[in-house]
Formats: sequence, structure tokens, C-alpha cells
Amino acid sequence: MSATAVLQVENLEAYYGPIMAIRGVSLEVRQGQIVTILGANGAGKTTLLKTISGVMSAAKGTIHMNGQPIHRSEADAIVKQGLVHVPEGREIFPLLSVAENVEIGAYSRSDKGGIARDLEMVYSYFPILGERAKQAAGTLSGGQQQMLAIARGLMAAPKVMLLDEPSLGLSPILVEEIFVILKRLNEEQKVTMLLVEQNARVALEVADYGYVMELGGIVMSDEAVVLQNSKDIQAFYLGVREQTERGTRRWKQRKTWR
Amino acid sequence: MDIMQLVVSGLANGCVYGLIALGFVLIYKATEAVNFAQGDFMMLGAFITIWLVNAEYMGLNFWVAVPIAIVMMGIFGYLLDVLVVRRLFGQPQIAVVILTIAIGFVLRFAVGAIWTHEPQLLETPFAGGIANVGGIVLGYEEIAVIIVTLLLTGFLFLFFRRAKLGKAMQAASQNQLAAYYVGIPVKRIQSLVWALGGAVAAVAGILFASKGAIDPSTGLLGIKAFAAAVIGGFGSLPGALIGGLIIGMVEPFAAYALPAGYSQIAPYAIMLLVLIFRPAGLFAQMQNKKV
Repeated sequence: MSATAVLQVENLEAYYGPIMAIRGVSLEVRQGQIVTILGANGAGKTTLLKTISGVMSAAKGTIHMNGQPIHRSEADAIVKQGLVHVPEGREIFPLLSVAENVEIGAYSRSDKGGIARDLEMVYSYFPILGERAKQAAGTLSGGQQQMLAIARGLMAAPKVMLLDEPSLGLSPILVEEIFVILKRLNEEQKVTMLLVEQNARVALEVADYGYVMELGGIVMSDEAVVLQNSKDIQAFYLGVREQTERGTRRWKQRKTWR
Repeated sequence: MDIMQLVVSGLANGCVYGLIALGFVLIYKATEAVNFAQGDFMMLGAFITIWLVNAEYMGLNFWVAVPIAIVMMGIFGYLLDVLVVRRLFGQPQIAVVILTIAIGFVLRFAVGAIWTHEPQLLETPFAGGIANVGGIVLGYEEIAVIIVTLLLTGFLFLFFRRAKLGKAMQAASQNQLAAYYVGIPVKRIQSLVWALGGAVAAVAGILFASKGAIDPSTGLLGIKAFAAAVIGGFGSLPGALIGGLIIGMVEPFAAYALPAGYSQIAPYAIMLLVLIFRPAGLFAQMQNKKV
């Protein structure tokens, strides 16, 4: 792996009031990779993404994009630098039309030709959005709103895209559909992605590298293939059942990283 | 012809209410704050223009002074947000309400201290002109008020529909967090909305002061415009204008038909009726927030 790190996070700490939500996280995302962060509810995954994209401020630590520090920048300046955050829970603009939602994703850009090309590209990946272009975005179904949020993020022509739980609340078929599109975007459009997921199975299928987060810190990290085969990951995140000698379920035991 | 005469004067008044209501709606939509000083913004805009134009003060040319006054009020709105209103970010909404009421008081007394509490009339080039259209006598001021209001509303409507900045303002009001995510500088956008609110108030003030004398306490008619905004749905720009027109039209007829003193109740009675029978307003644009 000789590609350079596009995004480099070092010893990041962030607080919700007095509560330390991120406890010294370090990670890096290389050019062209899909990197995933696995973890249960409340592990701090979303907070980590919000801190990277500048919506929350970091208390300590550094974030660099292509060598430039971005941890002191405002959210809109970070988008201009080429880092875009696709939030969880379909945060769209409900009263604007679908087309307006997509177009406003390019707010930080002014290159008319590039924007027009990307519009075409986005609608070719998500044809349903083109069919619904004139409709108010709030009337879309959950899966379509998720696609809209991803499409809107792509319009910023991101060098790195942060994706927060794109599978949240979707049917297995839709999850499959969205992850196929994400993989295609990564391969065909060379979009580098940092993907937060609870659905570890699909995430590890598309990812090159993975981190495991617990209680605000990284407890494990490795190539996605290695994580897929790790006993701990299988037991705690992939739901593989395994009887031990004494007949106890694996989840009653301590994890090896504790 | 009596009735037509009442309609026309009601329309002209209603336009001014409508413009103040537009200011309420603009700022409310984009920042979720209700600017109860909007009527006083209008009054301040009028006095700045009087100060620039009238012979006893600066005596500038009317057409030079008007853009200056509008820009000054825009800057005033922008700075007020940056320096004062934004400090209350994250506080309960009632804090912003009380703040804007207080700003209204301050403006009233500051203007009174600078330009006296006497009623004053803006000297306009079209003052006193009269057009006789099919037996209805129209003052040039009234015609100007109606035309300018229609143009300004149309301009704002297109601005929010077509312009990138207008769409960003809509986006920031519909989902502030998502606006941050797509790279919209939300704070600057909100200050710009306050600037727009100030500029619209200046136009309303100029129109008001050109058709009748204005004194510092005139800003209190902002309450009537607030009723107009509520009638219109408090989220819709055309709704605000039409709410203003309804109130403007009702007033002269109530004064004509009802005993003295009762006519002042009419606007609020209509507001209550709308709230009872159509709580979201006549032009409800708000969706129920999904949980």
C-alpha cells in the first residue's frame, strides 16, 4: 500500500458538555480506499465523523487533509477543502425539490462545467432521483432520501466522503442496492470513503480497511479481510455463533482487547 | 364610489403592513427567531430617509437618498445579528423575543432623542400629485406604494426561487444541520437574512413616511403587521403580503361601519378567527415536523 493518506486523524478528543465522547482517536484514510469504522450504539462513531467534518469542535488532537490542518476550520471551509459528510438519518431539505437538493450539494463550487458533468454522473448512478426531480424531497421514501443525501454529497466533488450509517432503517434489499452503488462510486469515480456502520457484514464486504470503536476509542484495526476472519469480530459484530468446550456462548466471555 | 375610495386607501396601508410582515416571515423562516422590532426597523428606516432627504436636515436628492437608506438599514440588520442576536445562540427562544422587544424600545427612544418625537413627513418628488382614474381619486403616493410593494414581493419571490443565495437561505431554514453538511456558511447566511429584513423594513418605512407623517412610536404598528403574518401563515411570503392586505382593507371598512374605537379591534379579531378555524394560517407552508 503505497498510496498516501488523504485524511489523517491524530489523538482526537471531543466532548459533549462534560462527557468525553472521543478519547484520543487516531486513524488514516488512504487515497482510493473505503475505510470503515465499526462499533455498537454510543461508541462515538457519529461524534467522530461530526468532529472531522467540523460540525463539532475538537478539544484536542489534529486532523489533516492532504497535509493541510482542518481541525480549526469551520464546517463550510472544510467542505471547500473537499471533505463532505453524508449524515445519518437522511438529513435532507424537505421543502426543496429533489433537483434543488442535489444542486445545493454543489454550493461550495463555482465551476459550472464540472457541476453540470457531476449532475449527469449523479443522476446516472441514482436514476430514481431524476424521475422524481420536481417532487418535494420530503415526500420521498426512506431509501430514496438516503440516496438523495449521498447524491447531494457527491455534488461537492469530494476528495473524501464521510458516510454515516447509510443502511440505517433500510430493508436488506435496499441496503444491498446502496452498497453496490457505493462500491461502484469508489471504483469508477475514485471516491475515497470513510464509512461508519453498525451493519458490519456489508461494511466489511466493501471496505479495504477497518477500525473497531468502543467507548470513544479505537480498540482494533486491520485489513477488512483480516477483521472478517477475526473470532472477536465474528462473535460480536457478525453474529457468528460458536459453542465453546464448556458450552458457554462466546458473548459471555471477555473480548481479547479488554 | 365611496367604497372604491376605501378600497384604495386600504390597499396602500395594507401594502405597508404586508412589507413589515414580510420582514417578520423572512427572519423567522431563516433563523427561527421572531423579530418583534420589525416595526421599529421600519420606523428607523423612515427616519434615516427623512434625515437624508428633508430640506431641514441633509437635503439630498430623493433618488440618491433612497438606496443609501436601504443599504444603511441592511448594514444595521447585519451588524445587529453579528454583534447582538447571535450571542443568544443556543438560549431559549423567549430570550430572543425579549431581546427584540427591548431593541424596539431602544430604537424608539434613540430615534426620538435624535430627530424629536414630533410627527414628520418625508418630502418626496411625487408628493401631492393626484390621478383621477375613472372617478376614483388616487394620490401618487398611494400608487407608488402599491407598485413598489408588488415589485419587491415579486423580486423576493424570484430571489428565493432562483438565486443560489436565496436557495441557501431556504435550505438553512429547513434543516440547519444539513446546511452545515453541504458547506453553507449558516451564520453568515443568517446575518444576511437580517440584512434583508432591515432593507425590506427600510422600503416599508419610506413608503409609509411618504404617504403620512411618522413619529418614533409608529413602530408599534409592527404588532398589526405581526397579526398579518399570522393570518398569512407565518412561513409564506405571499401569505404575509396577503395577510397585510386583508388587514389594510378591513381597517377602513371597520372604521366606516363600526362606532369609533371599535375599528382598531378588527385586525386582531380576524387574527383570532384565523387561529381558531385555520391554525396554520391561510397559506400554510409548514410541514408538521416528523418525529
